[in-house]
Amino acid sequence: MSGGLLYAFTGASLVALGLYALIVYAHLLRKILAFNVMGSGVFLVLVGLAQRAGAADPVPQAMVLTGIVVAVSATALALALMRRLFTDSGATTLDETD
Amino acid sequence: MAGMQAFVGVDTLPWLIALPLIFASASFLLGPRAARAIAPAGLVIGLLAAVVLAWQVAAGGSQRQALGGWAPPLGIELYADGLTALMLLMTAVVVLPVGLYARVYFERQPGVAGFWPLTWFLIGAMNALYLSADIFNLYVTLELLGLAAVGLIILTGGVQTIAAGMRYLLAALAGSLLYLLGVALLYGAHGTLAIALLAPLLAPAPYAGLAAALMVVGLLVKSALFPLHFWLPPAHGGAAAPVSALLSALVIKASFYLLLRLWLDLFGTISTAAAGQLLGWLGAAAILWGSVLALRQEKLKMLVAYSTVAQIGYLFLLFPLVTHTGAGAATSALAGGVMQALSHAAAKSAMFLAVGNMILSSARDDIASIDGLSARHPTSLFAFAMAGVSLMGLPPSGGFVAKWLLLQAALVAGQWWWIGVIIGGGLLTAAYVLQVLRCAFMPAPRGKIFQPVPRTLEFSALALAVVSLALGFVATGPLALLTGHRS
Amino acid sequence: MSLSEAFPLLVLAVSLGTGVVIFFLAERRRRLRSALNLGGATLKLVLVGVMLWGVFGQQHYETRYELLPGIDFALRADALGMLFITLSAVLWLLTTLYAIGYLEGSPHRSRFFGFFSLCITATTGIALAGNLLTFFLFYELLTLSTYPLVVHRGTDKALHAGKIYLAYTLAGGAVLLVGIAWLYSLAGNVEFTQGGVLSQFPPGHHAALATIFVLLIAGLGVKAALVPLHGWLPAAMAAPAPVSALLHAVAVVKAGAFGIVRVVYNVYGIEFAADLGLLVPLAIVACVTILYGSLRALVQDDLKKRLAFSTVSQVSYIIVGVAVFGPIGTIGGLVHLVHQGIMKVTLFFCAGNLAETLGVHHVSEMNGVGRRMPWTMAAFTVAAFGLIGVPPMAGFISKWYLGLGALAAHMPWVLGVLVASSLLNAAYLLPILHAAWFKPQEGPWPVETPRGRFETDWRLLGPPLVTALLTVGAGLLAAMPFSPLDWAKLIAAREYLR
Repeated sequence: MSGGLLYAFTGASLVALGLYALIVYAHLLRKILAFNVMGSGVFLVLVGLAQRAGAADPVPQAMVLTGIVVAVSATALALALMRRLFTDSGATTLDETD
Repeated sequence: MAGMQAFVGVDTLPWLIALPLIFASASFLLGPRAARAIAPAGLVIGLLAAVVLAWQVAAGGSQRQALGGWAPPLGIELYADGLTALMLLMTAVVVLPVGLYARVYFERQPGVAGFWPLTWFLIGAMNALYLSADIFNLYVTLELLGLAAVGLIILTGGVQTIAAGMRYLLAALAGSLLYLLGVALLYGAHGTLAIALLAPLLAPAPYAGLAAALMVVGLLVKSALFPLHFWLPPAHGGAAAPVSALLSALVIKASFYLLLRLWLDLFGTISTAAAGQLLGWLGAAAILWGSVLALRQEKLKMLVAYSTVAQIGYLFLLFPLVTHTGAGAATSALAGGVMQALSHAAAKSAMFLAVGNMILSSARDDIASIDGLSARHPTSLFAFAMAGVSLMGLPPSGGFVAKWLLLQAALVAGQWWWIGVIIGGGLLTAAYVLQVLRCAFMPAPRGKIFQPVPRTLEFSALALAVVSLALGFVATGPLALLTGHRS
Repeated sequence: MSLSEAFPLLVLAVSLGTGVVIFFLAERRRRLRSALNLGGATLKLVLVGVMLWGVFGQQHYETRYELLPGIDFALRADALGMLFITLSAVLWLLTTLYAIGYLEGSPHRSRFFGFFSLCITATTGIALAGNLLTFFLFYELLTLSTYPLVVHRGTDKALHAGKIYLAYTLAGGAVLLVGIAWLYSLAGNVEFTQGGVLSQFPPGHHAALATIFVLLIAGLGVKAALVPLHGWLPAAMAAPAPVSALLHAVAVVKAGAFGIVRVVYNVYGIEFAADLGLLVPLAIVACVTILYGSLRALVQDDLKKRLAFSTVSQVSYIIVGVAVFGPIGTIGGLVHLVHQGIMKVTLFFCAGNLAETLGVHHVSEMNGVGRRMPWTMAAFTVAAFGLIGVPPMAGFISKWYLGLGALAAHMPWVLGVLVASSLLNAAYLLPILHAAWFKPQEGPWPVETPRGRFETDWRLLGPPLVTALLTVGAGLLAAMPFSPLDWAKLIAAREYLR
């Protein structure tokens, strides 16, 4: 199995694990972590599948960089929201706020 | 239209994205007071730009523009055809009255400083989404749109609203990542991101089907199609009225548009009739589920939010009718789906604004509180009723035109089972719209005081309701734009 | 746009404009509102008169606008449409006057009259519609504009009635829409033409066309109160009397019947419909309705409910006239459209007077009321005799032609139904007259509120007297030009001799 394909499979498994965790775990911090794991998985797939005839392909690298920026901002927003929820109501899961 | 000649050469595409972003920065830097002052000018200019683009596309065909002169795949290309122009127009037309409403609405709630920067950002992200021509740029704009929307939801938040915003954020992010995974697969296989270049390369193969499925599911989460709609009612029901209007009318349409664009332009060879039927049946389930739940709501805004869940189902009825059904049915179905998107945008925003007025007036947010409202605030009630007429699909309204086109498509394609869904959906919609309207005819409880509502609030709701009805009469223009210039 | 193109739109605009302005009037501006109402109604009548004269002289009035590719919004004034619109314009003026008097002192009058005018706009649009889609547009608009009138009082009973009304009419509208959409998918834009447009379809399509016919009749039959789709009509009696008068004489029920007339004559064509074997089932349904309505009317004590079931029965006379193949039956049905309108509105006006002035709602309370309110009961008597079919009232003319038409079409059983129905009409109307005129008053009236100098307010008294006179006049002067009978003969001639 080539290196690229290995990365891609790992990435796919990470996405699957992350999605499972996102749905199943109730604690918000775990959900945010799961989202990040999913994101890393997708980036791995991007990088893994993008080996083209051995030469480095700039486009997926650009995509991954953009993706990381987006993921960081989104995580920041999610964490801020989580903190606000916690300080306002002491809840750490969404079910506690219903 | 002689005055339009002067605008022929104008580069509208980049301005449609840059202008909202400039206004966003200015609003953020100058503070809420200045932001409130400059907002109407920006909204009007935005509307003009959308009109000019529509006219350009109608006269000269679809447009492409590579930003900075860099060609794809390294550069970003903007693309506008008839469908794009219609979506941009829809955004601009809805955002103007909602913006005017928000200016007055938030006067009473000081401290909502983030509204204008976030709204401009939202508009910019939506415009960029409609104008994008490659699948990665679409991901970026989709994410931006989601972040801006979450920001707007939590602006006026109690704990419930923040929780709703959190739910929305997590769902949106999950959806986007699934979409991105699909993009990764497609790029890995073909080495290009541009839709125009990618489309001829796709053939029915496992990876293509997987990529398509991932992207579709991701977008379904963002479009809140049953059964992935769980995040929508608390988010749309809990936000401030103008924000709910923007979310239900516009933000939802963006991911729907994306799905439609990909389905028609990218997945043409790999989409199956069965997949189309599946989307249609999910839509039918959404109509049923959303309507039944709307009937059981006690709070006004939650009723309207569940109505959105139901109406989104209508949008998805076009997919089975446009997939492998022959030219006549497909044209009607596309026209019907787009008309439904346009008239729902106008009607739903009108409804949320009207409901916002009702809540302001009676100082409570449950349906029973509007008993006797017809004497004091007939304008808002009228706006609600007219919007309801469009949602029910009764003539004369844009909703009726959409319903008619979908019915024709179903008849021509021989898929007569959708007829029952469409008609039944209309009757269910009537049931919950009526629940609100009948309360208004009842006499007000003794001692009930209705607060006065500023004129701007009432008339912006009315204006949007009139637009949704007027779409029934001026449908030929948008439809010509849609069918004549889709390349 | 030339004058002949703009004219139909103008007629629509008069009532629409009146309605919109009245909506925004403050509640207390009674004089202005009444002036607008009556002024608008009079102007409408004048314009309709002009159009009537024009159509008689084969003048062409048509407004056309493209709604969707290949599908037009069309308003056209032809003889049949003029029959309906003249009836509604005349009765609008009278009903407006009556309503102004009836609602004196009640709240929400601006809202009421706004929707009232909107209702008339919708009825005008139905009359002037040039194709099925335009017809449908105004048909649904009629549903929407009459709902607020039905629930006007805001009581639980009114709201419940409104819910039933909407359930029936929206469901009927949905069925009608499916029929129209199906027909359009087969035939394209279906314009109303004399003699129908569908006869050129090959036999392979006949089954589909027959099914579409059933759908269309079912959808229209809800408003036309065909059994078993009539359930909304008695429930809607919770509305104020002017609304009942309007709904049952002019707007809603007639719109349904008018729609059926249009479908049979101007979409399918009478001969094609006969070829498809659709006329006999239609006649059977109509006859069942006639008998059922009359039988139910017999056992009602509530006066308005009795009149409601009478309407159910009487409107089907029009359908019978349509279903009976031949010009005589056609004439009978069409002329009954006008005559029944005039007679029924009289009865409802009188019922409203009794309720408003004396609090009398039930037949059992009507003993001796003829002495207390002689003019009202005189009008009631005239209209009742007309309904039974006593010459020289208008009702006799319509029944005569219907009977002759039934014989000419070799459907003698229809004649039997007509005779039975007349006997039943007598059975449920004569006892009322007997009680009113000949029985002594039993006790004080339930809720006596004297109004005005005469037996009641002049605005409540005048309209029924006028319509009673019209009932007599339409019968006595039926041979004169421009009588309803003469006009019906004109329409029949243009339909059968194209």
